[in-house]
Amino acid sequence: MMASSYNAKEEDGHISGTSNHGGAGTVKTRKPDNTAFKQQRLPAWQPILTAGTVLPAFFVIGLIFIPIGIGLYVTSNNIKEFEIDYTGVETSNPCYNCAKNFSWNSTTPCNCSMSFTLEQPFESNVYMYYGLSNFYQNHRRYVKSRDDSQLNGDQSSLTNPSKECEPYRTSEGLPIAPCGAIANSLFNDTLELYHIDSNGTRTLVHLVKKGIAWWTDKHVKFRNPGVNSNLTAIFQGTAKPVNWRKPVYELEPLDSENNGFINEDFIVWMRTAALPTFRKLYRIIHKKPNTTPTLPSGKYVLEVTYNYPVLSFDGRKRMILSTISWMGGKNPFLGIAYITVGSICFFLGVVLLIIHHKYDTRSNSADIPN
Amino acid sequence: MGSVLSYFDGFFGHKKKEEEERRLRANDRPFNLSCHYANNAIKTSKYNIFTFLPLNLFEQFRRLANTYFLFLLILQLIPQVSSLSWFTTAVPLVLVLTMTAVKDATDDINRHKSDKQVNNRMVDVLINGELKKEKWMNVQVGDVVQLENNEFVTADLLLLSSSEPLNLVYVETAELDGETNLKVKQALTVTGEMGDCIQVLAGFKGEVQCEPPNNRLDKFKGTLTVNGEKYGLDNDKVLLRGCTLRNTEWCFGLVIFGGPDTKLMQNSGKTTFKRTSIDHLMNVLVLCIFGFLAIMCSILAIGNAIWEMTDGSVFTEFLPREPGIGTSLSSFLSFWSYVIVLNTVVPISLYVSVEIIRLGNSFFIDWDRKMYYPKNDTPAQARTTTLNEELGQIKYIFSDKTGTLTQNIMTFNKCSINGKAYGEIYDFSGQRVEITEKTEKVDFSWNPLADPKFVFHDGSLLETVRGRNPEAQAFFRLLALCHTVMPEEKKEGELNYQAQSPDEGALVTAARNFGFVFRSRTPETITVMEMGRKVVYELLAILDFNNVRKRMSVIVCSPEGKLTLYCKGADTIIYERLHPSCDRLMKVTTGHLNEYAGDGLRTLALAYKDLDKHYTQEWRQRHHDASTAIEGREERLDQLYEEIETDLILLGATAVEDKLQDGVPQTIEQLAKADIKIWVLTGDKQETAENIGYSCNMLREEMGEVFIVSANTAGEVREELQNARRKMCPEATEEPSVITARSGLFWLQKTESVQDEKANGEYALIINGHSLAFALAKDLELELLRTACMCQTVICCRVTPLQKAQVVQLVKKYKQAVTLAIGDGANDVSMIKAAHIGVGISGQEGMQAVLSSDFSFAQFRYLQRLLLVHGRWSYLRMCKFLKYFFYKNFTFAFVHFWYAFFCGFSAQTVYDEWFITIYNLVYTALPVLSLSLFEQDVNDRWSFQYPQLYAPGQLNQYFSKKAFVLCMIHSCYSSLMLFFIPWAAMQDTVRDDGKDIADYQSFAVLAQTCLLIVVSTQMGLDTYYWTSLNQFFVWGSLAAYFAITFTMESNGMYYIFISSFPFIGTSRNSLNQPNVWLTIFLTCLLCVLPVVAYRFILLQIKPTINDKVRYKMRKEALPAPALHRARPQRFSTRRSGYAFSHSQGYGDLVTSQRFLVKRPLKSRPALFTQTESPLAENQPQHYRTINEDAETQSP
Repeated sequence: MMASSYNAKEEDGHISGTSNHGGAGTVKTRKPDNTAFKQQRLPAWQPILTAGTVLPAFFVIGLIFIPIGIGLYVTSNNIKEFEIDYTGVETSNPCYNCAKNFSWNSTTPCNCSMSFTLEQPFESNVYMYYGLSNFYQNHRRYVKSRDDSQLNGDQSSLTNPSKECEPYRTSEGLPIAPCGAIANSLFNDTLELYHIDSNGTRTLVHLVKKGIAWWTDKHVKFRNPGVNSNLTAIFQGTAKPVNWRKPVYELEPLDSENNGFINEDFIVWMRTAALPTFRKLYRIIHKKPNTTPTLPSGKYVLEVTYNYPVLSFDGRKRMILSTISWMGGKNPFLGIAYITVGSICFFLGVVLLIIHHKYDTRSNSADIPN
Repeated sequence: MGSVLSYFDGFFGHKKKEEEERRLRANDRPFNLSCHYANNAIKTSKYNIFTFLPLNLFEQFRRLANTYFLFLLILQLIPQVSSLSWFTTAVPLVLVLTMTAVKDATDDINRHKSDKQVNNRMVDVLINGELKKEKWMNVQVGDVVQLENNEFVTADLLLLSSSEPLNLVYVETAELDGETNLKVKQALTVTGEMGDCIQVLAGFKGEVQCEPPNNRLDKFKGTLTVNGEKYGLDNDKVLLRGCTLRNTEWCFGLVIFGGPDTKLMQNSGKTTFKRTSIDHLMNVLVLCIFGFLAIMCSILAIGNAIWEMTDGSVFTEFLPREPGIGTSLSSFLSFWSYVIVLNTVVPISLYVSVEIIRLGNSFFIDWDRKMYYPKNDTPAQARTTTLNEELGQIKYIFSDKTGTLTQNIMTFNKCSINGKAYGEIYDFSGQRVEITEKTEKVDFSWNPLADPKFVFHDGSLLETVRGRNPEAQAFFRLLALCHTVMPEEKKEGELNYQAQSPDEGALVTAARNFGFVFRSRTPETITVMEMGRKVVYELLAILDFNNVRKRMSVIVCSPEGKLTLYCKGADTIIYERLHPSCDRLMKVTTGHLNEYAGDGLRTLALAYKDLDKHYTQEWRQRHHDASTAIEGREERLDQLYEEIETDLILLGATAVEDKLQDGVPQTIEQLAKADIKIWVLTGDKQETAENIGYSCNMLREEMGEVFIVSANTAGEVREELQNARRKMCPEATEEPSVITARSGLFWLQKTESVQDEKANGEYALIINGHSLAFALAKDLELELLRTACMCQTVICCRVTPLQKAQVVQLVKKYKQAVTLAIGDGANDVSMIKAAHIGVGISGQEGMQAVLSSDFSFAQFRYLQRLLLVHGRWSYLRMCKFLKYFFYKNFTFAFVHFWYAFFCGFSAQTVYDEWFITIYNLVYTALPVLSLSLFEQDVNDRWSFQYPQLYAPGQLNQYFSKKAFVLCMIHSCYSSLMLFFIPWAAMQDTVRDDGKDIADYQSFAVLAQTCLLIVVSTQMGLDTYYWTSLNQFFVWGSLAAYFAITFTMESNGMYYIFISSFPFIGTSRNSLNQPNVWLTIFLTCLLCVLPVVAYRFILLQIKPTINDKVRYKMRKEALPAPALHRARPQRFSTRRSGYAFSHSQGYGDLVTSQRFLVKRPLKSRPALFTQTESPLAENQPQHYRTINEDAETQSP
């Protein structure tokens, strides 16, 4: 599509400069200026679609895409991922009872444990996600049901949350902190992972709960009200969200860097998902300094404190363990798509080549009827 | 505009009820003021400082699009419905309103200025018995004002008295009705007697009783009561505002209507806005889009209902319903929410952008140096800025002849004297030499009275004349004597001729240069300087020209007492009256005449006859009797003329060139190649028109036949038309195939169209005005249209201005084609107004045509540049703009439609609200504007090289309903890709540090980035002409997107406006991910590749003419411009007749006493207005008034 730039000197019929002859008085004519812009003669690049440019483009795209696709596919396949559904829909599921008898008002948490086996060891860092399905975190009324000022530590919003938070704005006359439907529906299952080694001993896998939220969220978007003061005192006069079991300042009472609004579990939840099926980062299992895999293959038990009801709306809860690569988590789509598109490009290139050969001589070299 | 009138009523609303009758007293201000008549101040401005805002907003909200957005804004204020923040609609709306308001304000300021200028003009008003200068605006009804020559008439006046005899006043009404000829008004004798005596005028106590203000220019009814006597008043006694006083030293008038009540103002505000076919299409499309929007929203509302029933009802745990909102109400609300979300399908900036593009393209027309005419310093001008793209769709051109195709300058080119032809130059070998600018001119310096502008190349003629050749001398003596030209000699030796027709002027000027200088005339004598010797001829009679006679003669008596009749006229007519002795000479001259006619010259034969004294005496007596006879005067005169004009001796023939404007034949050829049909509508005679037809290549010898329709009854006209049609296409059906269709908004307009029929061969049709009158009748118009449209060339001669407009309307009505009318005179105004596009030639014939035109320039040949270059580009640009504009907005909106299925039909948007707000205003506004201002598929010279590039415009090929549907399908595909590729790629994906990326905000950033890159790439594919500005805007917009996005998502912005920019950090966190970029890349490629492949296949299989030329343009240099072909020689016996383009009756005038006692006329005298309109010929009443009293004095 290379240039064939047209920039001819136009014959204007008059030599420029005739207007200023005569010397004495510059006669003002209404003759338009001879500028490339006004005369629409701006130099321009005029690419056109020719066989010489289109066909190679198709082949080159095909040739580039297929290797990229293969690379992506292989990378994605190398990622180890394990997923387990602990919703408790089937009676055989250990969590069936918890799911069935769920009640917000129950004071004793319902526990269930799921055992599973990792066929292959998980090297490097392993990320633990919880996944929810059929959960409309992207519903318009849900998405807007929050008060960013409150979450940013604004004192006045703390006591007077935005109207967007309705109906979770106030509770028994007290302003809710954090207000709104998103915060109210905070995922509150507790997941614990135990490794069962060959001789049957259960060891708790150390789960790191910090570093799971975006830096910007943790440090800019979410801030606790008041600086370095007692959270309990600050949140005095506010109510906890209706569904919560404990107020926000007791989410992580031992770690002031992870308590209140800047609790990372809370932050992750507040970043609403784009689609009704989503996963959110729950914990990180850091790579051990020695050469042993982070999660060796073998038996594991997932201990669930079942607090979160999803069955009522036909939702599902999953726990996912995954390693990551440079392209993120496991997602074969991109790889397959690149391979497919590359192949189609290549194929189209061939088709176009045939068409070109069949028609080119006939059409383009044919003279234009006058 | 239409409200101007009503607005005046409102503004000057002192009068509570409709005025039924106007009564006023001269010089009696108190009485007149008590009637509360409007004074003479005018106000065309619409607003003042206080009313501007409310009135302008009101005007703007009368536009559908603006109201729609206001409605949206209100919807958004309802919290249950609002799916977007208020600013997404408010910002664009305010911007659009502001832009329009600024434009309206500047327009109105200009109107204020011109109002002020007009209102502050000064005029002499008679106040308290003395004349005082007073501003126009302070003139009251009932005042007596004095006007001087060349002044504008202040208000509608009753003429009281004037400086001229018989209380006549001459006015030019060009500004009022477009007629440039002067009109005569006459005051009542009773008031005229007052003259300019101030005392008497101040004491004048007339009382006028007349009709209320109205807009009828040609009617006035009232009575004047003076001293108890009643006098009737009619239109002849009223001077209307807008006229200009001419040839009248002064006059006094009584103000009857002032300011807004004047007929001029009552007539204003009638201007109808021309709308282009794209405009109509756009309206239809916008309506379709509304319908489409409603359907989409209904689907989504139903989806919402289903979701609420199945999922929403059980999801209440986490998302409780709002109190009182059930499934059905929620569905209803979501309908409106989606109306808001999908609002971008109805593009608010569409109309504004379209206006900007049109304005830009109009400027390009104004700026074009190749349409600038240096001779009178006239650039082309786009007077209407809203019709540009229609210039690219013209199918029919209706052209005036005189002054449009021709220069209306006649030059004496050749002559044949006594069997010898002069005018050509031959070289030594006897070869004819082409006459060019450089050819040596004959030197006339020996003759002090010669016209320096006269050019002749053949020196032998001068030698012959100076060699005292008797025939040659008689030849030029005849030319110097036999005419009705008026001389004007302001300074000694500076002769100026006022010729009634340019032909005559040319002939008399030729005689002048060859030593027979017509110097002056009195009713009885003609003074001629014959080779430097003053000779006074006694003028005994002028045997005037008329249509039937086709000749004119004079009878003169030389100082020696020799009586001679000199006659010039159409050759056929003269030949019939020649003496038998001229037979041999006649043959030779005929040969020459054929040659001249073949060159497209207008010829005249000249002859003389020596008269017997006694016979002449007796004949003159009879002539006098006949001319004073009351009954059968015309017939008797004709008989007398016939009797004396016999046995003439042939002198020779003249050939006058009706000079075509430069490049007319080439232009016509080019336009014909572009498949534009040109119809010439002229007031000229058939012969002249035919002649011009040949010389400008519209009529050609190789044409199958030139049909001439000149019949006297409707039946004959029908027969002639049918015969012509059968000859052209014998197999055609008798009944025209009329297709009735409906179109327009709501399909309310009924249209009938007649199909084009193919003729076998090339034909031409010439129809005269008389036949046209029949042919334009209801029952014959289809017949005319069918026959005319089968012909290559159509020439209508002797047409009235009204008929011109009727022809245009006929074609407009049945052809559904875009028409253009081009003309230069006042008689073309109706046609220019009737056609889709009117073009005015800013020539010599006044400005009336230009003033009512949409485009104007100085030369006919610029028309090809206007159409083939500017028109074509404008059309192309507009179509590309619309296609792209709809594409980008649909693609934008459709993504929301797909997302609805994943967000519970909750009207959640896919993009950031800020992105939605400024997508149309910032990110995509400038690239598409630069596309539609600079785009060229091929440059101007290739456009000329291949005029057939114009054809797609005529067929509406670039943008139509079909193209719109294709555009929708395309954007549907793009939006599917734009949603589902990111959807699939983002499902369960995490960042490369394991953190979330499938969140709503990241998805929004991804989707909007994809969208913007895709529409920019699409823009790249659509752009054929990449100027640096295009590059700058496209890349700049993308850069601006990233810059603005990162800014809005920066920490600082978040701290300042927490709730406004919730997207803090999203781009930073998602756009640094490789898989995000891989997704963007894939999406864009998938959107663009099929388009490229599709276009490439089309290019290969079915290349359009544009593709071919573009391809050729790349491979080859532009071929050298074709050499100007020599005008093809015609070998026909067709000859022009006596080619006077004016009316009869001037002979009497020339001899009338009154005419000659007048002082030298300024500028253009009333009597010699060059008008080719037979209308004018039919109403010589003004001249008659002079004639009648003049006749008694003439011999």
